[in-house]
Amino acid sequence: MEAAPTAEERAAVDGLLGPPETGWVGATERSADDLRVVRAGREAREQRHLLLPALHALQAGVGWISRGGLNYVCQRLSVPPAEAYGVATFYAMFSVEERPANVVHVCDDLACRGAGGLALCGELERDAGPEGADAGGWTWVRSPCLGMCEQAPAVFAQRAGRPEVALGGATRETVAEVVAPDSAVICAGGVGAPQTADAGSRDSLRLLRRAGVVDPTSIDDYRAHGGYEALRAAYEMGPGRVIEAITEAKLLGRGGAAFPTGVKWQAVSTQPAGPRYVVCNADESEPGTFKDRVVMEQDPFAVVESLTVAGFACGADRGFVYIRGEYPLATERMEHAIGEARRHGSLGDDVMGSGRTFDIELRRGAGAYICGEETALFNSLEGKRGEPRNKPPFPVTFGVFGRPTAINNVETLINVLEVLRIGADAYAAIGTEGSTGPRLFCLSGAVERPGVYEVEHGATVRDLIALAGGVPRGSTLKAVLLGGAAGGFVGPDMLDARLTFEDARQGGYTLGSGVIMVFDERADLVDLCLRIARFFRDESCGQCVPCRVGTVRQEEALHRLVAGTPIGSAQDELALIDEVARVMRDASICGLGQTAANAVQSAISKLGVFDGGAA
Amino acid sequence: MSQAVPLDRPRRLLDLEIDGRTTRAPEGATILDACRAEGVDTPTMCYAGNLTPVNACRVCMVEVEGSRVLVPACSRPVEDGMKVQTDTERVRHSRKLVMEFLASSVDTSLASTDWLRWMGEYGADPSRYGAAMEPMETGERDERWAGHHHDPDPTIAETVAQPVKVDNELYVRDYERCVLCYKCVEACGVDAQNTFAIAVAGRGFDARISTEFAVPLDESACVYCGNCIGVCPTGALMFKSEHDMRAEETWDEDAQTVTNTICPYCGVGCELEVHVQDNEIVKVSSPEDHSVTSGHLCIKGRFGFSYVQSRRGRDDRRPR
Repeated sequence: MEAAPTAEERAAVDGLLGPPETGWVGATERSADDLRVVRAGREAREQRHLLLPALHALQAGVGWISRGGLNYVCQRLSVPPAEAYGVATFYAMFSVEERPANVVHVCDDLACRGAGGLALCGELERDAGPEGADAGGWTWVRSPCLGMCEQAPAVFAQRAGRPEVALGGATRETVAEVVAPDSAVICAGGVGAPQTADAGSRDSLRLLRRAGVVDPTSIDDYRAHGGYEALRAAYEMGPGRVIEAITEAKLLGRGGAAFPTGVKWQAVSTQPAGPRYVVCNADESEPGTFKDRVVMEQDPFAVVESLTVAGFACGADRGFVYIRGEYPLATERMEHAIGEARRHGSLGDDVMGSGRTFDIELRRGAGAYICGEETALFNSLEGKRGEPRNKPPFPVTFGVFGRPTAINNVETLINVLEVLRIGADAYAAIGTEGSTGPRLFCLSGAVERPGVYEVEHGATVRDLIALAGGVPRGSTLKAVLLGGAAGGFVGPDMLDARLTFEDARQGGYTLGSGVIMVFDERADLVDLCLRIARFFRDESCGQCVPCRVGTVRQEEALHRLVAGTPIGSAQDELALIDEVARVMRDASICGLGQTAANAVQSAISKLGVFDGGAA
Repeated sequence: MSQAVPLDRPRRLLDLEIDGRTTRAPEGATILDACRAEGVDTPTMCYAGNLTPVNACRVCMVEVEGSRVLVPACSRPVEDGMKVQTDTERVRHSRKLVMEFLASSVDTSLASTDWLRWMGEYGADPSRYGAAMEPMETGERDERWAGHHHDPDPTIAETVAQPVKVDNELYVRDYERCVLCYKCVEACGVDAQNTFAIAVAGRGFDARISTEFAVPLDESACVYCGNCIGVCPTGALMFKSEHDMRAEETWDEDAQTVTNTICPYCGVGCELEVHVQDNEIVKVSSPEDHSVTSGHLCIKGRFGFSYVQSRRGRDDRRPR
């Protein structure tokens, strides 16, 4: 009855967990001792947080998660198979059905679709058959945004037994090379960043000042460029003054919610009960966002150092980096940086000779946008389905493993280094009254030089587009998507909108995760709305009804409008879409559902996309 | 019959306002508790008194002053000075849409009479999302890959309609009635049985209750305690006896009597509610507020009743 693992599957899991110690947790033979003493139970169950890494090991090693493989993982970690199956089927990167060893995920999301993504899907369909069909050891599927919008069109390939790769500027030839049995393709490390208006002038860069300059694999080079000065300063200041500085610098979170970082850290550091944790949210999945990937690829030690500072300030001796599963190069660089930091005594039991303990574990997501939501991320870290929790209680009191947790986005964390480097007053003087400091923006779509741009808060949409070289000659700007799929569209009338938290709040637009996706007259806004609706239908976790069913009803209504088969009049459909939007915004558990209608709503109300019925 | 009444620790009373009326509720009580104590009718679906609230269905939403979004009454503890509104346009809209979302995608016709009444009171009209999809093939939903759905057919509204799963003699799983309230998972897990035979699998609208790899129950960890049936609010999980009688159209609740008794099997003392129709036991339940069971039973109490109905005479018995 119980399906047994193959030798290959055992090897994949043992590679992560080490060989099983007793017959109770999966050893092939039971020793005489095993028959007398049970050694599993709580000890094994406390490793539940290794479920996702174990499933990754199976998926990467064997190409899918079989019944035998899943059983073995369950035995090792003492997880009920039904629960482990529930977890495995939650994530898009895992397959519980046998499939070709090479799976190429082709981005057909907002930035890539007009830039060759859709055309590539069409070509692959002709070459290799429909999505998911075995084309001789490989297949292709459409994918939501892969976070490589500046190199559109992007592909990400899972290759059983070989490293995963993510590539920009993809063509059918690239795909063929990637899936070839003797493929030598690896992640190139790309140019990516930093993009400044004038490549010669880097003086204004703060967050990106090392990106593209330092060797991202060398801790010595990082130190030579000012690395670990902030941590040293923090140790001199003490945790209380570090938090004071962050508070006085008025640093607001850059992940989308703009929560004051100092307040968060203060709350965690004053929680009476430890252990406390710090978590770096590197599960960057908002369509159009790629700044955190660029930072992690180009300056990974900065992320390690800033999380160490966070741990010190909050009184945590353990930190996690939860990184997006589709970011193989950033993962490799972060893994390497953490290892190097350990080797050089910048992590471990005696960080920089201070006698303080701090270490970081890197965890990979597995293809679920929702896991960027902080409480969903905690559940995912704990080896559960990435379903958001109801708040309150908030993470500062009840975070990962139910402990006080400070969770910050990558960009927020590296701002901490800048605060410590130049001082809170100098930092607060940058930008505007309500939005201090520098800010990264992800420019993509119809601009000459897509990429990550760093500006001081207060720049306008027009400034950013100009930095990116403007819209290509001969084309005119039609719309801009601000803040990603959870943000909203604005028209050309909003080009002078200032990109600050206070202006955005007043003007009814959002900065979100810093997405500025530009569309010219060739863009089909109706098609973009359908893609956004599909995105949220796919990425809803399914836990609460408003979002689970609302995202379906929203997508259906849009399709009826486009097909010209509205129920009642087109106006009736628009009213229905509005009603659905309201319940999603008001009654969903988390930010995904609450914002799932934003972009479509803005396209309807600000751009008049469905004026007169189906565009 | 006297019963020991367990007393809670004395709790501080908090002042709050519900729909403009001042009231008090003990610390630790939820908004739902306070509403019900005040006689404010509040619709629920995923809530059950004997399980941890998961606040997934979002039908009990209320407006709380100072909160940007609506708040689930079933799980939010009351706070001193809290101002709660249960009947604003915003609340009514959310409740109505949630009811429509559920009833347009799931067969809720066997949900409680309260649920059907609420649907009427809130003016929920599930038909306005389009004609319901034809049922899927058995197992089709179990194979869906997270994050990879196909474009919708603009002529229909997607539902979870699918054939009932009958893989054992004791109970059936009719997942086209499943509203994904998580109650059965909780009852199978830490809230009652600690068996963990089922869990939520898949994602988004394709999420479903499943055993590992959707194996039939007899290959799963299921111990047939039937506690999942006990908590199911929509008849998705049902005694096979009830399912068969409904199929034959002989199920008649008005003709049934309920007899309370104590389970004869062991010494725990579980209270049983024996439902009888035409002098045959058709199902067994236990009161949710019973101090011994909290509504939960084991396979013997739940299903081990057929001997009662053995009508063979003494002479028919097999010799020992």
